[in-house]
Amino acid sequence: MDLDYAFMLKYAPHFAGAALTALRLAFWGIAFSCLLGLACCLFRFYRTPALGRIAGAYIELSRNTPLLVQLFFLYFGLPKAGIFLEAEQCAVLGLSFLGGGYMAEAFRSGFEAVSRVQIEAGLSLGLGRAQLVARVILPQAFAVAVPALAANVIFLIKETSIFSVLALEDPTFLAKDLIGMYYNTSEALLLLVLTYLAVLLPLSLFLNRLEKRVRHAEFGR
Amino acid sequence: MQSLGVNVIFDGNNLIRLGEGLWVTMRIAFSSALFSMVLGVFAGIAMSARFKPLRLLMRLYLETVRITPVLVLLFLLYFSLSKIFYLSLSAETVAILVFSFWGTAEMGDIARGAVASIPLHQRESGLALGMGPAQLYAYILIPQAARRLLPAGINLVTRLIKTTALVSLIGEVDVLKVGQQIIEHASLLRNPMAPLWVYALIFLLYFAVCYPVALLSRRLENKWRN
Repeated sequence: MDLDYAFMLKYAPHFAGAALTALRLAFWGIAFSCLLGLACCLFRFYRTPALGRIAGAYIELSRNTPLLVQLFFLYFGLPKAGIFLEAEQCAVLGLSFLGGGYMAEAFRSGFEAVSRVQIEAGLSLGLGRAQLVARVILPQAFAVAVPALAANVIFLIKETSIFSVLALEDPTFLAKDLIGMYYNTSEALLLLVLTYLAVLLPLSLFLNRLEKRVRHAEFGR
Repeated sequence: MQSLGVNVIFDGNNLIRLGEGLWVTMRIAFSSALFSMVLGVFAGIAMSARFKPLRLLMRLYLETVRITPVLVLLFLLYFSLSKIFYLSLSAETVAILVFSFWGTAEMGDIARGAVASIPLHQRESGLALGMGPAQLYAYILIPQAARRLLPAGINLVTRLIKTTALVSLIGEVDVLKVGQQIIEHASLLRNPMAPLWVYALIFLLYFAVCYPVALLSRRLENKWRN
């Protein structure tokens, strides 16, 4: 198999640009997922009337449907009901909808790991509800949830490859475009794999180290 | 209801066609799940092997699969096989190959975790009672590992079902592709509302299939927790 290296060199910067687009959208999607997930988790944890139920239904709905179908519904379906969204808005909204459910479950595992004794100790010290959450529960829950949260971050970044169906120029879209235009299939696909490797390998290693550090703090050694 | 355009779902044999599409989706998901489960157990054994090079090789396999999006794997196999090896496989075959490749790695990691989670004293107690290796596996290790393996394995099935939505992007006529065909046809019949209803229905169809499987996984997990 001979590769056209000149072609690969020429288009490598394009892939870097496309990766930045995907990462920018992933950043907002992940940020909103975390907020949404945390909110849902708190509603469920405190069994807030109505909101707790809604959060539960939302978590099941988002975790049991594919992102591709969610995006098609947002991008092609909603305009027919009079709601018009840009492709990028759909992408961020879809990723947040999907990620929110996963993040909620990750936070839940952390919340459940905080022992009853800790909460009661906080209450006996006279901490208010908000103080209890911010100073006792969240720091401990977060430490336990970090591995699951990190896995979700990698998962959500990988899911951005589906944004290509909204004609957003992410690496996958670019690769398909190049294959369509120049038939340099092998080169475009190799660049595509290398792009994801360059983004996800360092991130995965970084998250691994972060997990170790947080775990370290957890045991207080 | 005419004005809302919701009738697009019931027009002609649209519902039957969507059902056929769903069948293609399920066929791909369950054959990949079957391959993943069987091969995954072997992968799990290889991942916990004493021979270090084998363990490293399996680790490399797992990390590669974890870092590459499934859509990229699909494109990689679907487009490059024909280009490099002049081998033309159907989209369905490619999909099952890719999902099994991905599922085997994930299942392998689950199996490795399940075996590693059994306390060492269980194995040692068995040995102390004079059990042979076959008895040790049959009566001690496999029953305990299965209780951790099965819920996670079933959970992997829901992930496989959701991921099959991607096969429409390499041209397989699954439930999503059928939906798009129905929408295209409806737009010829001047029903502009079709995308809303058809995509909402497909969204609910996926949920209706995945949710019971997810529930089953959770119930087994709670039942076997201790």
